[in-house]
Amino acid sequence: MAILELKDVSFRANSTGILNGLSLEIWEGYVHAVVGPNGAGKSTLANVIMGLPDYRQHQGDILFEGQSIKHLNVDERARLGITLGWQEPARFEGLKVSQFILASARDKNREEVDRVLELVGLEPVRYRNRAVDKTLSGGERKRIELASILAMKPRLVMLDEPDSGVDIEAIERIFEAIAHLKQGGTTVLLITHSARVLEKADHAFLICSGMLVDKGETARILEYFSGKCLPCPHKNVPDLNSLRKTGGENA
Amino acid sequence: MPEELVEEILGSINLHRTFDRGAPHVVINANKVLSSQVVEGLEIEPEELPDGVRARLRVTGGTKIKQPVHLCFGMLPERGIQKILLDVEIEEEAEVSFMAHCTFPNAVDIQHLMEAEIRVGRNARYSYFERHWHSDEGMVRVVPVARVKLAEGARFSTEFELLKGRVGIIDIDYHTDCQARSSAEMKARIFGRQDDRIKIKESASLEGEASRAVLITHIAVRDEAVAEINNEIIARAAYSRGHVDCKEIIQGNGVARAVPVVEVHHPKAHVTHEAAIGSVDSKQLQTLMARGLSEDEAVDLIIEGLLS
Repeated sequence: MAILELKDVSFRANSTGILNGLSLEIWEGYVHAVVGPNGAGKSTLANVIMGLPDYRQHQGDILFEGQSIKHLNVDERARLGITLGWQEPARFEGLKVSQFILASARDKNREEVDRVLELVGLEPVRYRNRAVDKTLSGGERKRIELASILAMKPRLVMLDEPDSGVDIEAIERIFEAIAHLKQGGTTVLLITHSARVLEKADHAFLICSGMLVDKGETARILEYFSGKCLPCPHKNVPDLNSLRKTGGENA
Repeated sequence: MPEELVEEILGSINLHRTFDRGAPHVVINANKVLSSQVVEGLEIEPEELPDGVRARLRVTGGTKIKQPVHLCFGMLPERGIQKILLDVEIEEEAEVSFMAHCTFPNAVDIQHLMEAEIRVGRNARYSYFERHWHSDEGMVRVVPVARVKLAEGARFSTEFELLKGRVGIIDIDYHTDCQARSSAEMKARIFGRQDDRIKIKESASLEGEASRAVLITHIAVRDEAVAEINNEIIARAAYSRGHVDCKEIIQGNGVARAVPVVEVHHPKAHVTHEAAIGSVDSKQLQTLMARGLSEDEAVDLIIEGLLS
């Protein structure tokens, strides 16, 4: 069953088409991935679904559990259970890690803060009173943002480049946290161009130039992406003949 | 009667149950010293004036006072002027920290005027934390003026916080002269609302080699509140280092102006500054809203962080 549906969504920025008639379904309870080359529109797709202020003016419709959310603000979508983890998480001067996590937590107590910090591999005693600011590395902020998402217990989470700026040990913790989200019933949408992240998905969408090129089993999409997209000479301009053919077969 | 007033003053800042009467302290209401306690090496000589209190505070050489010295300056009447004139001498190698609370819970028209002369001796340490508790009506005018002299190797830090209640009018003017290897850190955190007026002038003069100063001002203004920050570091000696940091969040019709001034007179000195004024950062706001906070809740949390 689809928890989220995009119906012919197009989005333009400065008269350039970023998403071009994109339609797809996100099935509930799975880990999905959106993969594509740089500039394909992956992050824009996540921002449009989240309803960020600069991404509200789009064509087409977005349905969450069958209801259009096109008219809803970011916080209204979040209260339905949709959230987003940014590629580069925000810094909050002076705001403690515990305050940041509790702001989104369903269970607003210190035990919950400690629980989610441990899930992302950060020692609570070392982190709960630190500020979410420049004294933390990008990888630490990434994990703290993921901890806040775990505390929120969302229905659908989009994680934009979850491995970006993260060391090898930390990425394993992030993968564990993604698995934990799935076990808890959260639907996950990974935005990535990393084969390593893509492998963690049950199902994948391949997009190029804001269009759906292919979708299906992760291994097959990975093979297509590695074999055709990465060496592709025309940088984020899909081969429309191939697109029609492949899309027609697999869409 | 003084005991009841002490209770009332401490009660206004929620300290009536936890206040340790045995710890070094001075509690003042208007121009009356209601309670005081000293420890070995700490001398406090208060003198009541018609409109305030003059006090000489001295920490004798080498004395290290472990407990913070609690200063509570209260003004329980609705109207009036309270002048606090402080002469502070921290002698060589001494260490002391002050925790000051200024409370005006019933203010309708109050002026709190403080003038301090502070001398911190060679290798001595002095820290002063000042928290203000005002009424929600904001009919208070606060004018603290401090002139600080740091001897060689001295360390001085001061922090001014006014987050509860209305500011009213505040006009801070602190200046520190820093001799060799001394350091000064001055912070102010203030939240202005309605028609509050905030004016801050903090300055440091780095006169000695390897002296250091950091001036940090974090302000939030909303409604019709206005803030003006003029922070200045002048470096005259080799290896002296300074940094001026002004961050201000404005909302509604609030107005903020920041003028960080850095002046360097020696090629081996180095002073930096940063100033950021604006509304709440959009990415911070969007992050919190994407977790389900309303815009107002998100803004309040971001400001709470900035002013924490």
